[in-house]
Amino acid sequence: MISVHINGQLETLNAPLSVADLLQSKGLAGKRLAVERNGQIVPRGVHADTALADGDTLEIVVAVGGG
Amino acid sequence: MNDALVIAGKTYASRLLVGTGKYKDFDETRAAMDASGCEIVTVAIRRTNIGQDANEPNLLDVLPPDRFTILPNTAGCYTADDAVRTLRLARELLDGHPLCKLEVLGDPDTLFPNMPETLKAAETLVKDGFDVMVYCSDDPIQARMLEDIGCAAVMPLASLIGSGMGILNPWNLKLIIEQSKVPVIVDAGVGTASDAAIAMELGCDGVLMNTAIAKAQNPILMASAMKKGVEAGREAFLAGRMPRKTYAATPSSPTGGLIGG
Repeated sequence: MISVHINGQLETLNAPLSVADLLQSKGLAGKRLAVERNGQIVPRGVHADTALADGDTLEIVVAVGGG
Repeated sequence: MNDALVIAGKTYASRLLVGTGKYKDFDETRAAMDASGCEIVTVAIRRTNIGQDANEPNLLDVLPPDRFTILPNTAGCYTADDAVRTLRLARELLDGHPLCKLEVLGDPDTLFPNMPETLKAAETLVKDGFDVMVYCSDDPIQARMLEDIGCAAVMPLASLIGSGMGILNPWNLKLIIEQSKVPVIVDAGVGTASDAAIAMELGCDGVLMNTAIAKAQNPILMASAMKKGVEAGREAFLAGRMPRKTYAATPSSPTGGLIGG
Protein backbone atom coordinates (compact mmCIF):
# COMPACT_ATOMS: atom_id res chain seq x y z
CA MET A 1 0.00 0.00 0.00
CA ILE A 2 1.14 3.55 -0.69
CA SER A 3 -0.11 6.90 0.54
CA VAL A 4 -0.44 9.59 -2.11
CA HIS A 5 -1.73 13.15 -1.96
CA ILE A 6 -4.09 13.66 -4.90
CA ASN A 7 -5.36 17.21 -5.36
CA GLY A 8 -4.81 17.88 -1.70
CA GLN A 9 -6.48 14.67 -0.42
CA LEU A 10 -4.46 11.87 1.13
CA GLU A 11 -5.38 8.48 -0.36
CA THR A 12 -4.15 5.00 0.38
CA LEU A 13 -3.75 2.94 -2.78
CA ASN A 14 -2.65 -0.53 -3.80
CA ALA A 15 0.82 -0.62 -5.35
CA PRO A 16 2.20 -1.03 -7.91
CA LEU A 17 0.20 1.71 -9.57
CA SER A 18 1.07 3.89 -12.56
CA VAL A 19 -0.34 7.33 -13.30
CA ALA A 20 -2.36 5.72 -16.12
CA ASP A 21 -3.75 3.09 -13.69
CA LEU A 22 -4.77 5.79 -11.25
CA LEU A 23 -6.55 7.83 -13.95
CA GLN A 24 -8.31 4.67 -15.10
CA SER A 25 -9.48 3.83 -11.58
CA LYS A 26 -10.84 7.38 -11.11
CA GLY A 27 -12.77 7.33 -14.39
CA LEU A 28 -10.44 9.96 -15.82
CA ALA A 29 -8.76 7.95 -18.58
CA GLY A 30 -8.87 9.70 -21.93
CA LYS A 31 -10.02 13.03 -20.42
CA ARG A 32 -8.41 16.34 -21.29
CA LEU A 33 -6.28 16.79 -18.19
CA ALA A 34 -2.73 17.31 -17.08
CA VAL A 35 -0.81 15.65 -14.27
CA GLU A 36 1.96 17.01 -12.08
CA ARG A 37 3.87 14.64 -9.80
CA ASN A 38 6.02 16.12 -7.02
CA GLY A 39 6.18 19.45 -8.85
CA GLN A 40 7.10 17.98 -12.24
CA ILE A 41 4.82 17.55 -15.25
CA VAL A 42 4.12 13.94 -16.17
CA PRO A 43 3.67 14.07 -19.97
CA ARG A 44 0.70 12.10 -21.32
CA GLY A 45 3.06 9.81 -23.22
CA VAL A 46 4.63 8.45 -20.04
CA HIS A 47 1.53 8.07 -17.81
CA ALA A 48 1.67 4.30 -18.23
CA ASP A 49 5.38 4.13 -17.40
CA THR A 50 5.31 6.40 -14.36
CA ALA A 51 4.90 4.38 -11.18
CA LEU A 52 3.57 6.14 -8.11
CA ALA A 53 5.62 5.95 -4.94
CA ASP A 54 4.69 6.28 -1.29
CA GLY A 55 4.50 9.96 -0.32
CA ASP A 56 3.94 11.29 -3.84
CA THR A 57 1.99 14.48 -4.35
CA LEU A 58 -0.14 14.64 -7.48
CA GLU A 59 -2.05 17.48 -9.05
CA ILE A 60 -4.59 16.58 -11.73
CA VAL A 61 -6.02 19.62 -13.48
CA VAL A 62 -8.49 20.53 -16.21
CA ALA A 63 -9.50 23.71 -18.00
CA VAL A 64 -12.49 25.50 -16.47
CA GLY A 65 -14.23 28.79 -17.12
CA GLY A 66 -12.16 31.76 -16.06
CA GLY A 67 -11.01 35.26 -16.94
CA MET B 1 -9.06 46.53 -44.87
CA ASN B 2 -6.32 44.27 -43.60
CA ASP B 3 -5.94 45.24 -39.99
CA ALA B 4 -4.97 42.06 -38.24
CA LEU B 5 -3.81 41.71 -34.67
CA VAL B 6 -0.56 39.76 -34.51
CA ILE B 7 0.42 38.08 -31.25
CA ALA B 8 3.53 35.90 -31.08
CA GLY B 9 3.52 35.55 -34.86
CA LYS B 10 -0.11 34.46 -35.16
CA THR B 11 -2.73 36.63 -36.86
CA TYR B 12 -6.19 37.35 -35.46
CA ALA B 13 -9.05 39.21 -37.15
CA SER B 14 -10.79 39.99 -33.86
CA ARG B 15 -9.32 42.42 -31.34
CA LEU B 16 -11.69 41.30 -28.60
CA LEU B 17 -10.45 38.60 -26.22
CA VAL B 18 -13.02 37.08 -23.89
CA GLY B 19 -12.86 35.26 -20.58
CA THR B 20 -15.02 32.20 -19.98
CA GLY B 21 -15.77 32.62 -16.26
CA LYS B 22 -19.04 33.45 -14.49
CA TYR B 23 -21.48 32.30 -17.19
CA LYS B 24 -24.70 30.51 -16.27
CA ASP B 25 -23.71 27.34 -18.15
CA PHE B 26 -21.61 26.12 -21.05
CA ASP B 27 -24.38 26.89 -23.56
CA GLU B 28 -24.36 30.53 -22.53
CA THR B 29 -20.55 30.55 -22.55
CA ARG B 30 -20.41 29.31 -26.14
CA ALA B 31 -23.23 31.61 -27.32
CA ALA B 32 -21.47 34.65 -25.80
CA MET B 33 -18.14 33.70 -27.39
CA ASP B 34 -19.82 33.33 -30.77
CA ALA B 35 -21.69 36.65 -30.43
CA SER B 36 -18.46 38.43 -29.46
CA GLY B 37 -16.67 37.19 -32.58
CA CYS B 38 -13.61 36.52 -30.41
CA GLU B 39 -10.91 34.10 -31.49
CA ILE B 40 -8.95 34.04 -28.23
CA VAL B 41 -10.66 32.82 -25.07
CA THR B 42 -9.15 32.67 -21.62
CA VAL B 43 -9.62 29.63 -19.40
CA ALA B 44 -8.59 28.84 -15.84
CA ILE B 45 -6.68 25.73 -14.76
CA ARG B 46 -8.09 23.99 -11.71
CA ARG B 47 -7.96 20.65 -9.90
CA THR B 48 -10.39 18.18 -11.42
CA ASN B 49 -13.20 16.82 -9.26
CA ILE B 50 -12.10 13.34 -8.33
CA GLY B 51 -14.77 10.76 -7.74
CA GLN B 52 -17.57 12.98 -8.99
CA ASP B 53 -19.45 12.61 -12.24
CA ALA B 54 -16.78 11.52 -14.68
CA ASN B 55 -19.07 12.31 -17.59
CA GLU B 56 -19.56 15.98 -16.77
CA PRO B 57 -18.93 18.12 -19.86
CA ASN B 58 -15.51 19.64 -20.36
CA LEU B 59 -15.06 23.31 -21.27
CA LEU B 60 -12.70 22.36 -24.09
CA ASP B 61 -15.47 20.28 -25.68
CA VAL B 62 -17.62 23.43 -25.75
CA LEU B 63 -14.74 25.63 -26.95
CA PRO B 64 -12.70 23.31 -29.16
CA PRO B 65 -9.05 24.34 -29.49
CA ASP B 66 -9.22 23.91 -33.28
CA ARG B 67 -11.84 26.68 -33.40
CA PHE B 68 -10.65 29.00 -30.59
CA THR B 69 -7.18 29.93 -29.45
CA ILE B 70 -7.20 28.85 -25.82
CA LEU B 71 -5.40 31.26 -23.51
CA PRO B 72 -4.81 29.51 -20.17
CA ASN B 73 -4.44 32.01 -17.38
CA THR B 74 -3.10 32.00 -13.87
CA ALA B 75 -5.91 33.96 -12.24
CA GLY B 76 -5.96 33.15 -8.55
CA CYS B 77 -2.19 32.68 -8.27
CA TYR B 78 -0.43 34.87 -5.74
CA THR B 79 3.17 33.76 -6.29
CA ALA B 80 5.45 33.43 -9.30
CA ASP B 81 6.00 29.75 -8.48
CA ASP B 82 2.30 28.89 -8.51
CA ALA B 83 1.80 30.81 -11.75
CA VAL B 84 4.68 29.00 -13.46
CA ARG B 85 3.49 25.58 -12.26
CA THR B 86 -0.04 26.33 -13.42
CA LEU B 87 1.10 27.31 -16.90
CA ARG B 88 3.34 24.27 -17.25
CA LEU B 89 0.29 22.14 -16.46
CA ALA B 90 -1.71 24.18 -18.98
CA ARG B 91 0.89 23.60 -21.68
CA GLU B 92 0.72 19.86 -21.08
CA LEU B 93 -3.09 20.03 -21.10
CA LEU B 94 -3.11 21.93 -24.40
CA ASP B 95 -0.65 19.68 -26.21
CA GLY B 96 2.31 22.02 -25.89
CA HIS B 97 0.82 25.27 -27.09
CA PRO B 98 2.96 28.06 -25.65
CA LEU B 99 0.56 31.06 -25.59
CA CYS B 100 -0.51 31.93 -22.06
CA LYS B 101 -1.84 34.71 -19.87
CA LEU B 102 0.23 35.45 -16.80
CA GLU B 103 -1.60 37.07 -13.91
CA VAL B 104 -0.12 37.16 -10.42
CA LEU B 105 -2.40 38.81 -7.91
CA GLY B 106 -1.30 40.77 -4.89
CA ASP B 107 -4.47 41.32 -2.93
CA PRO B 108 -7.69 39.29 -2.63
CA ASP B 109 -9.91 42.36 -2.18
CA THR B 110 -8.75 44.51 -5.09
CA LEU B 111 -7.15 41.75 -7.25
CA PHE B 112 -4.42 44.27 -7.97
CA PRO B 113 -1.42 42.56 -9.61
CA ASN B 114 1.75 41.79 -7.65
CA MET B 115 4.27 43.23 -10.09
CA PRO B 116 7.52 41.89 -8.55
CA GLU B 117 6.12 38.34 -8.66
CA THR B 118 4.73 38.97 -12.16
CA LEU B 119 8.15 40.06 -13.43
CA LYS B 120 9.79 37.03 -11.80
CA ALA B 121 7.29 34.62 -13.35
CA ALA B 122 7.51 36.31 -16.76
CA GLU B 123 11.26 35.84 -16.79
CA THR B 124 11.01 32.12 -16.00
CA LEU B 125 8.21 31.53 -18.51
CA VAL B 126 9.89 33.36 -21.39
CA LYS B 127 13.08 31.36 -20.77
CA ASP B 128 10.98 28.20 -20.78
CA GLY B 129 9.60 28.99 -24.24
CA PHE B 130 6.18 30.41 -23.38
CA ASP B 131 4.57 33.25 -25.33
CA VAL B 132 3.51 35.34 -22.36
CA MET B 133 0.63 37.81 -22.47
CA VAL B 134 0.95 39.55 -19.15
CA TYR B 135 -1.63 41.26 -16.98
CA CYS B 136 -0.03 44.26 -15.30
CA SER B 137 -0.60 47.56 -13.58
CA ASP B 138 -0.79 50.62 -15.83
CA ASP B 139 2.74 51.65 -14.90
CA PRO B 140 4.72 52.33 -18.09
CA ILE B 141 8.04 51.47 -16.46
CA GLN B 142 6.92 48.00 -15.41
CA ALA B 143 5.23 47.49 -18.78
CA ARG B 144 8.55 48.26 -20.43
CA MET B 145 10.36 45.82 -18.12
CA LEU B 146 7.90 43.10 -19.14
CA GLU B 147 8.43 43.87 -22.81
CA ASP B 148 12.22 43.81 -22.29
CA ILE B 149 11.93 40.38 -20.65
CA GLY B 150 10.34 39.20 -23.89
CA CYS B 151 6.60 39.09 -23.20
CA ALA B 152 4.42 38.68 -26.30
CA ALA B 153 1.87 41.30 -25.17
CA VAL B 154 1.46 43.65 -22.23
CA MET B 155 -2.01 43.85 -20.75
CA PRO B 156 -2.47 46.77 -18.37
CA LEU B 157 -5.61 47.13 -16.32
CA ALA B 158 -8.02 49.94 -17.19
CA SER B 159 -9.50 49.66 -13.70
CA LEU B 160 -9.70 46.82 -11.19
CA ILE B 161 -10.71 43.31 -12.28
CA GLY B 162 -14.45 42.87 -12.22
CA SER B 163 -15.09 46.50 -11.25
CA GLY B 164 -16.62 47.70 -14.52
CA MET B 165 -15.25 51.15 -13.75
CA GLY B 166 -13.97 51.71 -17.28
CA ILE B 167 -10.84 53.54 -18.42
CA LEU B 168 -9.63 55.39 -15.32
CA ASN B 169 -6.22 56.51 -16.49
CA PRO B 170 -6.13 57.02 -20.25
CA TRP B 171 -2.90 59.00 -19.96
CA ASN B 172 -0.92 56.10 -18.50
CA LEU B 173 -2.40 53.74 -21.08
CA LYS B 174 -1.34 56.17 -23.81
CA LEU B 175 2.22 56.25 -22.48
CA ILE B 176 2.32 52.44 -22.55
CA ILE B 177 0.84 52.33 -26.06
CA GLU B 178 3.33 54.87 -27.37
CA GLN B 179 6.39 53.10 -26.00
CA SER B 180 5.45 49.47 -26.69
CA LYS B 181 6.51 47.44 -29.70
CA VAL B 182 4.44 44.43 -28.61
CA PRO B 183 0.62 44.54 -28.62
CA VAL B 184 -0.99 46.43 -25.75
CA ILE B 185 -4.26 44.89 -24.64
CA VAL B 186 -6.44 46.46 -22.00
CA ASP B 187 -7.25 43.68 -19.56
CA ALA B 188 -9.74 44.33 -16.76
CA GLY B 189 -12.07 47.11 -15.84
CA VAL B 190 -14.16 47.49 -18.97
CA GLY B 191 -17.84 47.79 -18.03
CA THR B 192 -19.71 48.48 -21.21
CA ALA B 193 -19.24 48.90 -24.95
CA SER B 194 -18.23 52.56 -24.80
CA ASP B 195 -15.36 51.64 -22.44
CA ALA B 196 -14.09 49.16 -25.01
CA ALA B 197 -14.39 51.79 -27.73
CA ILE B 198 -12.46 54.33 -25.62
CA ALA B 199 -9.66 51.81 -25.04
CA MET B 200 -9.41 51.16 -28.76
CA GLU B 201 -9.59 54.87 -29.64
CA LEU B 202 -6.57 55.41 -27.40
CA GLY B 203 -4.69 53.03 -29.70
CA CYS B 204 -4.81 49.79 -27.73
CA ASP B 205 -4.34 46.74 -29.91
CA GLY B 206 -7.14 44.84 -28.23
CA VAL B 207 -9.36 44.48 -25.19
CA LEU B 208 -9.73 41.46 -22.91
CA MET B 209 -12.84 41.20 -20.76
CA ASN B 210 -14.93 38.70 -18.86
CA THR B 211 -17.27 40.14 -16.24
CA ALA B 212 -18.57 42.95 -18.46
CA ILE B 213 -20.10 40.31 -20.72
CA ALA B 214 -20.85 37.50 -18.26
CA LYS B 215 -22.54 39.74 -15.69
CA ALA B 216 -24.53 41.87 -18.12
CA GLN B 217 -28.31 41.36 -17.85
CA ASN B 218 -28.13 39.81 -21.31
CA PRO B 219 -24.60 38.45 -21.78
CA ILE B 220 -25.07 37.42 -25.39
CA LEU B 221 -26.37 40.83 -26.46
CA MET B 222 -23.54 42.50 -24.52
CA ALA B 223 -21.02 40.23 -26.28
CA SER B 224 -22.34 41.54 -29.58
CA ALA B 225 -22.20 45.13 -28.29
CA MET B 226 -18.58 44.63 -27.22
CA LYS B 227 -17.68 43.32 -30.66
CA LYS B 228 -19.08 46.51 -32.17
CA GLY B 229 -17.51 48.73 -29.51
CA VAL B 230 -14.06 47.29 -30.18
CA GLU B 231 -14.52 47.55 -33.95
CA ALA B 232 -15.88 51.12 -33.76
CA GLY B 233 -13.05 52.22 -31.49
CA ARG B 234 -10.45 50.64 -33.73
CA GLU B 235 -11.84 52.27 -36.86
CA ALA B 236 -12.05 55.64 -35.11
CA PHE B 237 -8.42 55.29 -34.02
CA LEU B 238 -7.30 54.43 -37.55
CA ALA B 239 -9.44 57.19 -39.06
CA GLY B 240 -7.90 59.80 -36.77
CA ARG B 241 -10.32 62.00 -34.92
CA MET B 242 -10.91 65.68 -35.69
CA PRO B 243 -9.00 68.15 -33.55
CA ARG B 244 -10.76 69.29 -30.38
CA LYS B 245 -11.74 72.99 -30.24
CA THR B 246 -13.40 74.86 -27.42
CA TYR B 247 -15.80 76.41 -29.96
CA ALA B 248 -16.57 75.70 -33.62
CA ALA B 249 -15.24 78.48 -35.84
CA THR B 250 -16.71 76.94 -38.99
CA PRO B 251 -20.24 75.60 -39.22
CA SER B 252 -20.80 72.39 -41.18
CA SER B 253 -23.19 74.04 -43.63
CA PRO B 254 -22.21 76.70 -46.25
CA THR B 255 -22.25 80.23 -44.86
CA GLY B 256 -23.47 81.73 -48.21
CA GLY B 257 -26.68 81.18 -50.14
CA LEU B 258 -29.04 81.63 -47.24
CA ILE B 259 -32.57 82.64 -48.21
CA GLY B 260 -34.15 85.94 -47.21
CA GLY B 261 -30.89 87.90 -47.42
